[in-house]
Amino acid sequence: MKLKLATAALSALMAAGPALADLVIPDLSYRTGPYAAGGIPFSDGYNDYFTLLNERDGGIGGVPIRMVECETGYNTEKGVECYEATKGEGALVYQPLSTGITYQLIPKVTADDIPLHTMGYGRTSAKNGDVFSHTFNYPANYWDGASGAVNYLLEENGGDLSGKKIALVYHNSAYGKEPIRTLEELSKKHGFELVALPVDHPGQEQKSQWLQIRRDRPDYVLMWGWGVMNQVAVQEAANIRFPMENFIGIWWSGSENDVLPAGEAANGYKALTFHNVGTDFPVFDDLQKHVVDAGKAAGAGDQVGTVLYNRGLYAAVLAAEAIKKAQEISGNAEITPSEMRAGMEALEMTEEKMAELGLANFGPTFSVSCENHGGDALVGVTQWDAANKTWTLISDFKQTDGEVIGALIDEDSAAYAAENNIEGRC
Amino acid sequence: MFYREAGDFKTSYTDDSQTFPIKFDRYRYYVVLAVAFGIIPFVINDYWANALLLPFLIYAIAAIGLNILVGYCGQVSLGTGGFMAVGAYACYKLMTSFPDVSMFIHVILAGGITAIVGVLFGLPSLRIKGFYLAVATLAAQFFLVWLFNRVPWFYNYSASGQINAPERDVFGIIITGPNAPAWATYLFCLIFLAVSALIARNLTRGTTGRTWMAIRDMDIAAEIIGVNPLKAKMSAFAVSSFFIGIAGALFFAVYLGAVEVGEVFGIQKSFLVLFMIIIGGLGSIFGSFAGAAFLVLLPVVLKVVGVDVLGWPTDIVAHLQLVIVGALIIMFLILEPHGLAQLWRVAKEKLRLWPFPH
Repeated sequence: MKLKLATAALSALMAAGPALADLVIPDLSYRTGPYAAGGIPFSDGYNDYFTLLNERDGGIGGVPIRMVECETGYNTEKGVECYEATKGEGALVYQPLSTGITYQLIPKVTADDIPLHTMGYGRTSAKNGDVFSHTFNYPANYWDGASGAVNYLLEENGGDLSGKKIALVYHNSAYGKEPIRTLEELSKKHGFELVALPVDHPGQEQKSQWLQIRRDRPDYVLMWGWGVMNQVAVQEAANIRFPMENFIGIWWSGSENDVLPAGEAANGYKALTFHNVGTDFPVFDDLQKHVVDAGKAAGAGDQVGTVLYNRGLYAAVLAAEAIKKAQEISGNAEITPSEMRAGMEALEMTEEKMAELGLANFGPTFSVSCENHGGDALVGVTQWDAANKTWTLISDFKQTDGEVIGALIDEDSAAYAAENNIEGRC
Repeated sequence: MFYREAGDFKTSYTDDSQTFPIKFDRYRYYVVLAVAFGIIPFVINDYWANALLLPFLIYAIAAIGLNILVGYCGQVSLGTGGFMAVGAYACYKLMTSFPDVSMFIHVILAGGITAIVGVLFGLPSLRIKGFYLAVATLAAQFFLVWLFNRVPWFYNYSASGQINAPERDVFGIIITGPNAPAWATYLFCLIFLAVSALIARNLTRGTTGRTWMAIRDMDIAAEIIGVNPLKAKMSAFAVSSFFIGIAGALFFAVYLGAVEVGEVFGIQKSFLVLFMIIIGGLGSIFGSFAGAAFLVLLPVVLKVVGVDVLGWPTDIVAHLQLVIVGALIIMFLILEPHGLAQLWRVAKEKLRLWPFPH
């Protein structure tokens, strides 16, 4: 036994040594804890796409991809430990799927010259690549989400929201507070009244917030929730008979986990999105053939095609495309994190490219530049059909209010630059 | 054989009452200090600093603080997370208001502010004790977290309510922020821990500590023999909160760099530090170290063994971690209710007699 352990330890040490022939992608996942229901499908999708590339194409540009998974449990301290443990292996890009961990990592990755991709979460003003050199949040961010929701409501109401009352139910954390400032600006611009209702972590207790909604009778409710908070909110909304079609969640509040517990009552609930839903894309056939049927799927393999699985897959697609771009720019197949950063900054997603990947119309088209790390801010809306248990895209990816958001981004990133003595680099 | 007082003669009272009266103990202590200050800073890297040593050092300071209150003075407190938050936010406000002042001063001032807040929330201890006091301190925990979430002044009106540690230095060496070298952050925390432990050890050996222990053992009897309960309890709350505040300031500024109060300084932090002193040993400075080391290092060791050596899936290892740590806590409480410190004491007793036990 002792010998066995010693050999195991030795082989692990050898395996953990710098193997330069790989493209190392760390996956800071959370498959345990209160947010695991969201963490598992995302991580599965993220892993499965890279497995597909390894199995079908032999990696990217002929170099195999090595995934290093590290469990964070959505906990910032463990996130830091995971980051320190994996960065030495030549990690190309970090995607922590947690706004709290993102805030920790923004200064660290900048110092270590490793890019950080926070797709649809994290610090919104990181869109300003002039200040945040190593942080990317394309294709959309929270403030795009807030504006996308308001734009959708404007459309519903013939372009006029004055006199309407909109309630925001939010997770009382950095994540949930992000949209408030944007919504305040938008309420001034469009003349609607905003009521903000915080829900404390983890969000199982929301009776008082929904009682207030029942009393105030807002026309629409927006939600910035994550984990168990979402399903409780949908259930509470059903309990007070709030019309579901007037209830819109951010993309983190719009997965199967959130609506299934409420059953029929959740029918008509809407959520924002920046990528398409379902499995009606050619890439899923490849996934089925090379990954799922081959028994190589991550986790239990039962998440394929769920909203968050698709989001994890999309994150992996964008990372893989950035790797290709980086290989093209630098001329070597085995790129460094610094070259990866340059690749992400030059990334351009066109309709042809998406179709070529077997993902036609899966996500919006956008391009990244030195000044703009956030893409083109296109946001769509999906709706839940409780009878068929499916989400459908009911509003295509549309432009958000760049004028309001741009000003806020400039203000917030300027404050960050002043606090940390950062000079513009573009 | 080596470990005994026989032949170790003392010629003065000062010698006789020193912290480590046995020569072997004393030399071991000097060796530990020499390794910690003289060797580790030269071999440390980012992983060792950020994943193991910094959390250990900082939790050890917090555990010493809580141990003074719970272990020495017998006042149960569940407000540790809240008091650490006070230290962190005080440090943040000081760092951003006075950027040119040395970090040493900021951290000590943050400890002082926490001491004042601690005394304030310790006032109910004059009237209530035991579980009721635990509930009163629990109220402090929730109130403080709520306060730092609610009042934007504390987080300088940032959009997300997070606080971020800007880059600050000590004598020109960067201590906070992403560019701080691992050895500097390590030494900075180590100095605070060493001084805190020294102060705590000597306080508990002197009059102050004896009055605390008198209150702990029987408050009415203590009052009859002339211990002033107001002074004893308030000083315990002040000293304890001072150390916890320092730990909170270091936790935010040096270790994490960015903090969201509800997540980092929530109720689970209070429980974690309480578990540390229960496992380490109530009423023992060494126990604070042992408990902090146990609860910081064990999960990391289990993770390294499970994921990196055995190659198991990360979620299974994470679940096993909870099971194993939980089982060990229960085992300790059953087999050795006085904690790791008592195990150490028993080991020392055995060593004294070895190799001729009677």
